[in-house]
Amino acid sequence: MGLARRLYRGEIDVDFVGKWRLWYSLSGLLLIVSLAGLLINGLNLGVEFKGGNVFSFSAPSASIETVRETFREEGVHQPIVQTAGNRWRVTTETLSEGTTNQVQTAISKTYGVPADQVDIQSIGASWGGEVSNKAWIGLAVFMLAIILYLSMAFEPKMALAAIVALIHDLVITAGVYAWSGFEVTPATLLGFLTILGYSLYDAVVVFDMIKEVTAKLGHTSKMTYSMAANNALNHTLIRSLNTSLVAILPVAAILFIGTTLLGAGTLKDLSLALFVGMIVGTYSSLCVATPLLVTLKEREPKYQAIAKRLASTGGGKKGSKSAAVANG
Amino acid sequence: MLLALILALGGTMLLQQAYTPKLGLDLAGGTTVTLSPVTQNGTSPPEEILDRAVNIIRTRVNGTGISDAEVAKSGDNIIISIPGVGQNEAIQLVATTAELRFRQVLAMQATQIPQELATNAPTPAASPSATGSAKPSTEQSAKPTQSAGTPAPSASPTGKALSSALTAPTPSAQPSATQTGQQQGKKDQNAKATPTASPSAQVSTPPMQDPNAGIDTQGIDPAVLKQFQALDCTDPKKRGQGVQDDPAKQFAACETDGSYKYVLDVAKVVGTDIDTASAGVQQGTTEWIVQLDFKSKGAGAWSDLTTKAYNSQEPRNKVAVVLDGVVITAPNIISPIPGGRAEITGGFNQASATALADQLKYGALPLKFNRSSVDTVSSTLGQDQLRGGLIAGIIGLALVLVYCLFYYRGLGIVAVLSLVVATVITYTSVVVLGTNANFRLSLPHIIGLVVSIGITADSFIVYFERIRDEMKEGRRTLRAAVEVAWVRARRTILIADAVMFIAAIVLYFLAVGGVAGFAFAMGLTTLIDVVVVFLFTKPFIAVLAKLKFFAKGHPLSGLDAERMSETSTAKRTTTPQEA
Repeated sequence: MGLARRLYRGEIDVDFVGKWRLWYSLSGLLLIVSLAGLLINGLNLGVEFKGGNVFSFSAPSASIETVRETFREEGVHQPIVQTAGNRWRVTTETLSEGTTNQVQTAISKTYGVPADQVDIQSIGASWGGEVSNKAWIGLAVFMLAIILYLSMAFEPKMALAAIVALIHDLVITAGVYAWSGFEVTPATLLGFLTILGYSLYDAVVVFDMIKEVTAKLGHTSKMTYSMAANNALNHTLIRSLNTSLVAILPVAAILFIGTTLLGAGTLKDLSLALFVGMIVGTYSSLCVATPLLVTLKEREPKYQAIAKRLASTGGGKKGSKSAAVANG
Repeated sequence: MLLALILALGGTMLLQQAYTPKLGLDLAGGTTVTLSPVTQNGTSPPEEILDRAVNIIRTRVNGTGISDAEVAKSGDNIIISIPGVGQNEAIQLVATTAELRFRQVLAMQATQIPQELATNAPTPAASPSATGSAKPSTEQSAKPTQSAGTPAPSASPTGKALSSALTAPTPSAQPSATQTGQQQGKKDQNAKATPTASPSAQVSTPPMQDPNAGIDTQGIDPAVLKQFQALDCTDPKKRGQGVQDDPAKQFAACETDGSYKYVLDVAKVVGTDIDTASAGVQQGTTEWIVQLDFKSKGAGAWSDLTTKAYNSQEPRNKVAVVLDGVVITAPNIISPIPGGRAEITGGFNQASATALADQLKYGALPLKFNRSSVDTVSSTLGQDQLRGGLIAGIIGLALVLVYCLFYYRGLGIVAVLSLVVATVITYTSVVVLGTNANFRLSLPHIIGLVVSIGITADSFIVYFERIRDEMKEGRRTLRAAVEVAWVRARRTILIADAVMFIAAIVLYFLAVGGVAGFAFAMGLTTLIDVVVVFLFTKPFIAVLAKLKFFAKGHPLSGLDAERMSETSTAKRTTTPQEA
């Protein structure tokens, strides 16, 4: 039976929990690489964080050289010229009000663009600090709120596992940004924060099933917590993949439009962060959050007792296999 | 119920003749200025001072004659949205520091306000506030007040309020305070025409036609006198709101409501000399007063200023409080005020006393407005962004729909219809919010809405998979499975939506710039998702379950036997639910 068919029929049995060593080392490696990227390369912060001006205008006749020349003539030291479609986007250092107006006039004259069609964005140097401060506070408040909520809705250990998976996602997404050199703008931060919601959405669906399955584990049960959790995970696999795919589709659409039609801007920055984050999030809810939860839970005396009993009778592994297949 | 909701939203749209959402400046074109107010020593200002700053900026913006500009507070920032382009000068004016000064009045004159202007004076009748800048804080509330058409008496206590020393209240002065105070309290319109209603010995001539009639020009800089004569306080746009007055020079200024104009002496005491100000009820009476404490340095200067004013004749016995270029109040000095504590009395109610105290407190801690970001978007770029956002939305929606149909077949139709219902509710909500709550659709909103398509579809998937789980167990009919699955899926959907909603709320309240819009859209669609799943998807599936096509597991229904696989054996095996 082909993989697609088995997926469609929900007949799949991957030992996510049993392979925890593999996932932990893979995630560990990814985390180290990401952190190294952040330390070595750092993030490519956008003009919003450094302060400066951005001029955006439409001039089909211009070339990179002529645009750069126009800016240099007005006393701009380091214009960074980008193009998307026939729109030009020029990033400069912080300019005075007067220089900004001069540049605007110069663009208008040189390329025959009406002055009011030249879009100007000027950002103070302190703005970025404020944005990132807020983002950090937001992150902290959000995590606290989620830990409280999940502790109530599920249990504290699930909340802990979910939060660890969340931090895992954030670090790896940041690592992707560090290594790829994608520009980080306030919209990117916004994307990062939204990943939090998604990463958890997935974990919530999986945990809900685990909770349901493991609630029935008792002295006579034939499954350890790990097996039950793995069962639940396989059971919700289709659902997890489907929900992730459906969530990623619109984001991919925005990313596509943002990149091809509009060039740099909110659309692209935000959707790129979401796109990367969602893929990492899907992986982590399956391969990080649940194994982690199992590691935490197997330490509880109740589940240790079950594991011991099953290990001595030798009914462990086989039991899980047959149960899982039957569930398929 | 769902139908009622849609009808209500749709009906509101019809009634208000508004079928399209209001667009934000990043889509319609315009300039967005983000100001970060900081105190002189660089710390972030307290909440009440910030609110005051927002009011000052709003007054300035309105004063520049820019139509449709909006001023709003967002976290610690003030965001000014100016539609259209080419407003560079206005932006410059708007970002200057607003300062408070105390200046002795050298001359004053009542101005004739044309009736229609007086009627339109945005002083809410409910709160005869001490300040013209205390306009209704939001645009929405401003409209009803103005359209009410009540000729609100400009009942500012200015010019009538008396200042007395708390430490040494002169008994003889008190009656006069009460007298004028009562006049003011009754909002006696005539009080305006008789500015010298206080029982002072001075007989003053109410100034009318001759520009210099009744004005003692002695000691007034001729240049300032000229400015004074040229000053037209009847036009709210020309009252000089936002003008930076040089404290070392004489100054001609208007009352905030335009009822008087003044020639003012150099500023002997400035706002930063104030230690604190508060509104309260005077002991033993029911009269609202404003108390003012000066710092030690300011106290001496204040004592000198009040002594000089006290020894002068009307109208030079007044000390004007000038905030941001206009006179907010000019109380008579009824005794020299040593010791650094002063009381302003006369015709206050709670609102107006608090408003004045707030303004004085603001003066004690004047804010600098750092221009954090200025973003100009031309209408063409705005249209491009709007088009891009919409195209992305349509592609995203289409992809999700195709996937649902492909994977869930018959059930996919339920998903498609549910998404359509959700889209309709979202669109009407945005339009209705735009018309009634001044909600403006911006690019972050659109992205938020598009991204949320995924969340909404997720809920259906959770439910569908649950139904299939139940069917796989093979012991239930579809109709039973639909109900049992619903109980289980409902909990998952609610928890997952709650997580998204918490994320949205946290983002919304800790937002900078566009984040708030994105978070708002996410929160809104999460709520709509819950509504649609509960009121549409579930009942709809329950109806479908009665149809033969689904109940018998037609291959195209998404509930066929092939799909469920091993239904025969499933009966005997352990399922997760039974483990």
